[in-house]
Amino acid sequence: MATERNDAGPERGRIRVEGYDAATDDREFDTAWEPTLQSEEGKGRLYYAWRRFKRNRLALAGAATIGFMTLCAIFAQPIRVPEQVPVLAGQLVQPVALAPADPANQEVLLGHQPPTTEHLFDWPPSMLHLFGTDWAGRDILSRMMYGARWSLSIGFIAVVVALFIGVPLGAIAGYYGGYVDEVIMRVVDLLYAFPFIVLAIAVIAILGRGYWELVFALIVVGWLAYARILRGEILSVKENEYVTAAKALGATDRSVIVRHILPNAMAPVIVQATLSVGTVVLAAAALGFIGLGLSPASAEWGVMLRVEQDSMARGRWWAGFFPGLAIFVFVLAINLVGDGVRDAFDPQGEGGERFR
Amino acid sequence: MSLRRYVLKRLLITIPLLLGVTLATFAMVHFIPGDPIDFITLFTELDPETKQEIRARYGLDDPIYIQYLDWLADAARGDFGTSITTRQPVTKEIAERLPFTLMMGSMAFVIAIVTAIPAGIAAAYHRNTKVDQVSRVAALLGIAIPNFWLGLILILVFASWLDVFPVLPPTGEGLLSSEMIVYTLLPALAIGTGSTALLMRLMRSSMVEELDKDYVTMARAKGLPERTVVGKHVLRNSLISVVTVAAIQVAFIISGSVVVEIVFSYPGLGRLLVNRVRNHDFPVIQALVLIIGVAVIFANLLADVLYAYLDPRIRY
Amino acid sequence: MAMLEVEDLNVRFYTEDGVVKATNDLSYRVEAGERFGVVGESGAGKSVTSLAVMGLVDEPGVIESGEIRFKGEDLLELDDEEMRRLRGNEIAMIFQDAETALNPAYTVGEQISEAIRHHLAPGEAAAEERSIEMLESVGIPDPATRYSNYPHEFSGGMQQRAVIAMALSCDPDLIIADEPTTALDVTIEAQILTLLEEIAEEFDTAIQLITHDLGVVAEFCDRMMVMYAGHPVEMAPVEDVYYDPQHPYTVGLMSSIPRIGDDRDRLDTIPGRMPDLIEMPPGCNFHPRCPYAEEVCTRREPPLVDTDTGQPADVADHDSQVAACLAHTGELTGRLDYEVTVRDDTHSRPVGSTGDGSPSE
Repeated sequence: MATERNDAGPERGRIRVEGYDAATDDREFDTAWEPTLQSEEGKGRLYYAWRRFKRNRLALAGAATIGFMTLCAIFAQPIRVPEQVPVLAGQLVQPVALAPADPANQEVLLGHQPPTTEHLFDWPPSMLHLFGTDWAGRDILSRMMYGARWSLSIGFIAVVVALFIGVPLGAIAGYYGGYVDEVIMRVVDLLYAFPFIVLAIAVIAILGRGYWELVFALIVVGWLAYARILRGEILSVKENEYVTAAKALGATDRSVIVRHILPNAMAPVIVQATLSVGTVVLAAAALGFIGLGLSPASAEWGVMLRVEQDSMARGRWWAGFFPGLAIFVFVLAINLVGDGVRDAFDPQGEGGERFR
Repeated sequence: MSLRRYVLKRLLITIPLLLGVTLATFAMVHFIPGDPIDFITLFTELDPETKQEIRARYGLDDPIYIQYLDWLADAARGDFGTSITTRQPVTKEIAERLPFTLMMGSMAFVIAIVTAIPAGIAAAYHRNTKVDQVSRVAALLGIAIPNFWLGLILILVFASWLDVFPVLPPTGEGLLSSEMIVYTLLPALAIGTGSTALLMRLMRSSMVEELDKDYVTMARAKGLPERTVVGKHVLRNSLISVVTVAAIQVAFIISGSVVVEIVFSYPGLGRLLVNRVRNHDFPVIQALVLIIGVAVIFANLLADVLYAYLDPRIRY
Repeated sequence: MAMLEVEDLNVRFYTEDGVVKATNDLSYRVEAGERFGVVGESGAGKSVTSLAVMGLVDEPGVIESGEIRFKGEDLLELDDEEMRRLRGNEIAMIFQDAETALNPAYTVGEQISEAIRHHLAPGEAAAEERSIEMLESVGIPDPATRYSNYPHEFSGGMQQRAVIAMALSCDPDLIIADEPTTALDVTIEAQILTLLEEIAEEFDTAIQLITHDLGVVAEFCDRMMVMYAGHPVEMAPVEDVYYDPQHPYTVGLMSSIPRIGDDRDRLDTIPGRMPDLIEMPPGCNFHPRCPYAEEVCTRREPPLVDTDTGQPADVADHDSQVAACLAHTGELTGRLDYEVTVRDDTHSRPVGSTGDGSPSE
């Protein structure tokens, strides 16, 4: 037989095995062996993402840090309903005051040591003032806790609003393409020609300074990324057969986008949005630091650094160290969470095994 | 398509973008609520005739597109008008400070590239070892640290505690004096740290991705020494994606210099921009925004050309 | 002494999920000039085997034990430098996916001549000349022009030809071809196989062909080995395996091949799927899927035995058919009752019913 090998092709005919299948069907012996590593099929993407996220200790630590800082911001001082609101004006909605001192109180004068002219203000950290006091004798820890309200609220509001602008625009551009796409993406390209801070500064130059002006400037800068990322994702997702199928079944554009495309294209946008909270807080602090953000009276972290610039150069490190540290830790925590979210959605990102 | 034709095509695409940037910069002034001449007259009360005269002098009576074309023609000649704050030609003010920012920015860029690329290669090649862990932690910290805070800490440590750097920039020294170059080191470091961290991580992940590809196994299967496999085959492909992001760092570094120049009282464009925004000196702001926008566009153009040079597939 | 002898090779991958046993006491040999086929489902450890021979098992993989002798020399004892001298020079490899095996950033010619320059150290011009010759010998038209083309300017079939040219460039004695035609369509597949066949004859090169396609093996190989979960389950000259398969897994593989003119209602398939190489069923690894499994199969790991004598076989110098199934050691109570028939277009003729479990057939 072996001699026929090269020209045996046609002569061999078709080999057919009979009886194997019957044996499979009639198999009597039942094995008890079951693999213990069961794969869980039929669960959604979010389920897997969440499971992977929960296993990521760094990301959890980041999330805990953000939670802690948010709680500090909320419970730093009691919150009352603003005077402008009818009926409820002045009502206490949050009575807790965690901050060890009134952030505005120049209370170092009441400290244990008899005040002398040298250390009237600018006390180094002590048991009484954990992070020391600033140039005006105010407790830095209390100011930081209170100031977190500015920094964090700017971060979260600016990102959420930017998402509400960037996501629809990106979705429309990606889904419809053509003329609409051209217009939207050229605007994005154009604004991308200006670095983040420079564009924000330009907006502030036009609008002036203030809380909502700052938020607005950060939104103008922020939506670009979401629109661009989502458009790219949609361009690839919309080629999928299930989208064609949904369209063929007569689904409206809106339902195709909302039900079939967005869920499959949002992961990178969510990752970007998470990371953006850090970028935005950092940018707000930077603008505060260069004097184009909130007013010097606010305890926003960047502004706190600004007023203590000179003390740092003179060696009174605590006044600038701690507010900067707060920004640093917050951005670090957000980045850890963002990386965790990305790894959760894209487990093959790195360190995957490589054998077939 | 040859590389030259690719570059020409890419240049053509840049033209509308450049026009868009000029248009946006010009339009900026017109978004400001109120009468534009208030910023010229610094809100002094004037009688209508004088106002009208100023309006005519600055061409504010012309139709908007004429104003744009006039402004564009002037800008193309390098004439951005007169500063409202100092009454000096804008171009002169910018020209005085531009070299300083350029030097600081290039220094930051060089610091970033020179440290990030080798560190990223090392981390990728020794992935999941101590080297990689250390680089990962360093990158996490480097990306998160606010550059202005880092600047303040550098001043605190090197100028205040160790006293090896001056707190204030040398006055009356030229750009290339040794004092100025030494003084520029710290701000360049403060700006470059973020880019370094980012590029290092990118270099690492890009290289890890390439190292897993079949052509690497193929190169090894050919019996090539490891240094050829990594230095020739892997490096070139890993650099392709790094180049694009490195170009984006130009924008990042400009952003950084705006803030860090304030920390170090550095006599560059960033500090000029911030000061003039406070003074509503729009001719200067406009000129700076335009210059920065154009610089970023050209950096991206350069990146695309480099990309095409490194990756032969792009040219087709 | 065979050209390549692999003995009791154990490759392990230490992953987060556990230890992957990619090959388990794997032994086989390839003779000089021989065409040896390695068949199995994906994940059976075929590619790991070839990487082990090339000395390219990478983190987190480790060769835990065994020997790989090439011309009598144990490759696992060689240092990196000595191994590199063999790689690409005496043992070359052809990859599954030529598109990814070629570096997109360098010209095809450069990628061929760099190996020539490295191993044979001729001048730059001589290396280029030889590369062009190689391109020509694998049937690439206008090789001098193609030399300076980039991989993306080649079609899929041309890319695979270029990869073959690369493997041939230093005139190796053994080529390991890892699924060289899987990524190609059928007509190109036939061309590439013919090319490999011509080359093997012309250069008298031994080829270890790894594939999951029994048809390719039938056309191309002299001897073959069927792998399941990192083990060899059957090894024999190709004809023996085809007309007289002796392991239930081989039989299952063969009965699941669709054929033109088939009048069956449905394809027979092997139920279940191959176990994770992390967690293997005890006894015979195939027993959870085997239609002939009995209680003993869950306890005893079947040795590789001569199917005629039932005696343990040393694959290093054994030419007849060997299989790892307890049916051949007489430990099964039932029989492997299946029948192999060969049909041509007009009539069918049984060529002998086999595998009734009695070793003395």
